[in-house]
Amino acid sequence: MHLGVSESMRECEYSQISTRSSTPMETPYKKRTPKKRKWEIFPGRNKFYCDGRIMMAKQTGVFYLTLILILVTCGLFFSFDCPFLAQQLTPVIPVIGGVLFLFVLGTLLRTSFSDPGVLPRASPDEAADLERQIDVANGGTGYRPPPRTKEVVINGQTVKLKYCFTCKIFRPPRASHCSLCDNCVERFDHHCPWVGNCVGRRNYRFFYMFILSLSFLTIFIFAFVITHIILSSHQNGFLSALKNSPASVLEVVVCFFSVWSIVGLSGFHTYLISSNQTTNEDIKGSWSSKRGKDNYNPYSYGNIFTNCCAALCGPLPPSLIDRRGFVEADVPQLAPPTNGITIYGSTQSQQSHTAAATPLLQHQSSEPVILTTSPENGGTLPGRASLALTGPCTSLPLGQPTPPTSTSSLSCHEAADKLPVHGHTLTHNHSNPLQESLFQHHFLTPEEVPSPPGMLHCGSPMGHSHTTQAGFYDPASQDSLHEDSVRGLVKLSSV
Amino acid sequence: MLAFPTILLIKLICIRVNSLCRPTAYRTSSNQLCSSKVFIQRHYSSGTICKFQTKFPSELESRIDEQQFEETIQTLNNLYAEAEKLGGKSYLEGCLASLTAYTIFLCMETHYEKVLKKIARYIKDQNEKIYAPRGLLLTDPIERGLRVVEITIFEDRSIGSGR
Repeated sequence: MHLGVSESMRECEYSQISTRSSTPMETPYKKRTPKKRKWEIFPGRNKFYCDGRIMMAKQTGVFYLTLILILVTCGLFFSFDCPFLAQQLTPVIPVIGGVLFLFVLGTLLRTSFSDPGVLPRASPDEAADLERQIDVANGGTGYRPPPRTKEVVINGQTVKLKYCFTCKIFRPPRASHCSLCDNCVERFDHHCPWVGNCVGRRNYRFFYMFILSLSFLTIFIFAFVITHIILSSHQNGFLSALKNSPASVLEVVVCFFSVWSIVGLSGFHTYLISSNQTTNEDIKGSWSSKRGKDNYNPYSYGNIFTNCCAALCGPLPPSLIDRRGFVEADVPQLAPPTNGITIYGSTQSQQSHTAAATPLLQHQSSEPVILTTSPENGGTLPGRASLALTGPCTSLPLGQPTPPTSTSSLSCHEAADKLPVHGHTLTHNHSNPLQESLFQHHFLTPEEVPSPPGMLHCGSPMGHSHTTQAGFYDPASQDSLHEDSVRGLVKLSSV
Repeated sequence: MLAFPTILLIKLICIRVNSLCRPTAYRTSSNQLCSSKVFIQRHYSSGTICKFQTKFPSELESRIDEQQFEETIQTLNNLYAEAEKLGGKSYLEGCLASLTAYTIFLCMETHYEKVLKKIARYIKDQNEKIYAPRGLLLTDPIERGLRVVEITIFEDRSIGSGR
């Protein structure tokens, strides 16, 4: 008995030592924590489904509206109008309608569910390095310097690269920070609530194909429903034709109002693609000749055909955020953690915690789980709810004229739909409110909380705890294990 | 040899002490294995394509040839340019993909992904042959969101026992 006790005590001691020097996963007495995927600790305001395969913005209500509108209208068309048309005219009509419908749905889902080109946030080391460089450039003064910018000459045009206080990076050209999703997105076009996602480099072509095919579908349904009503009224009279298929009336109404905005939007985006501009740039007039006679778009390839090919058929870059990868807190690897976000908070953790942070990994890891998986479950914790509520409000601090339900101040669709005039071909009509909103968006970013813990400008206490706790995934032990493996290589080579 | 327990002891001390260090420069009182990081930023003068600056950082002066370093970065730049190149092949792939509603990518990799794999192999190769023997480690930029090339500089200043 005595031996057994001392053995168990020895075992306990052994496991305590091994906890400090090795991964928590190897300890037999600790409960095995399932490996986390990176989407679970993603710092942006996104929702993930299907274990990280699907990525959307936080507010998806309008996306469901879009989906319902399309499904209901097409459903009514196929049920009520197509039998008549197939009989009277040709069965090719429902076939074409079906193909268009599937294409619209496919491109919509692809736009909504894919990563628009989110730039992962800087790792703490990178952020510290940049801060140091900026301090040196500013002469090391103590006071808060003005918004940080870097100038770069691209194809003869001077472009300003802005520093993103949230992501702690100098944004590449054409990238912008979406305040709704709280991410920097490459080649940011706009945040589209109808699609429930940002439109950026990786999903712009799907977005364009969606609106183009939706224009064709809308015109197609509109035309054939009118044809159905006309043909039917030849046989039975106009009023009885309407009474026989009331669904047709609904379809006509929906299509009539959609056609103007969607066809207009397609035209606008066709223009943008052919001149290789983003909605952002066009609205701000970045490359407009009105700014200066030497002002031109440095990204354009010179001719419309190349611009179109590049936008629609160019290589599709892979996602930079690796949502389905595992958080490498425990596995010793030669490569450092792949996603900077996992060690984001470690600047604070390293300074304020000892190596006992390793057992804390187990404890702290549960908290980010709660915080980050709540969007997945559809429900929100009070903390998250307060973030959600205050988010749109504080992202529009300068008195946006948009209604509270339309959370996007950046969406062209929103502004276009509010205006009595048609879509986006008449840019001068909507440029002012949108320009204002975009300028405000851009003024926002330098004014976001500049200190490292303030990742979310609205819910900073929550945001801070979220990021620092997310950081506990990878304290110094990961670096030292990584160092050990390279040290081994160094030793081998020195022999 | 006393190597193994000494190394274990050193590891334990390192872990404890490293946690108290600043993230970018780990300096300990017992002068164990320390690392600092150098970041090679992106170069945007050619537009939005992925390209890294070839300017030689001063921290690497004592470790590696400027020419060797530039060659590595230049090769990386060329590989990224190949990934993002617009040409007949990429257009064909794009058109084929849109015709098959992008389902073709369930079976095959995109050209970009193929080149990224090539880059990963190149970096691994460079690390093994050139950088690790000099106490340096290149991190694949894709792991940093294509923002930087991170080079970790290791300074092995162990106490001297157990060698």
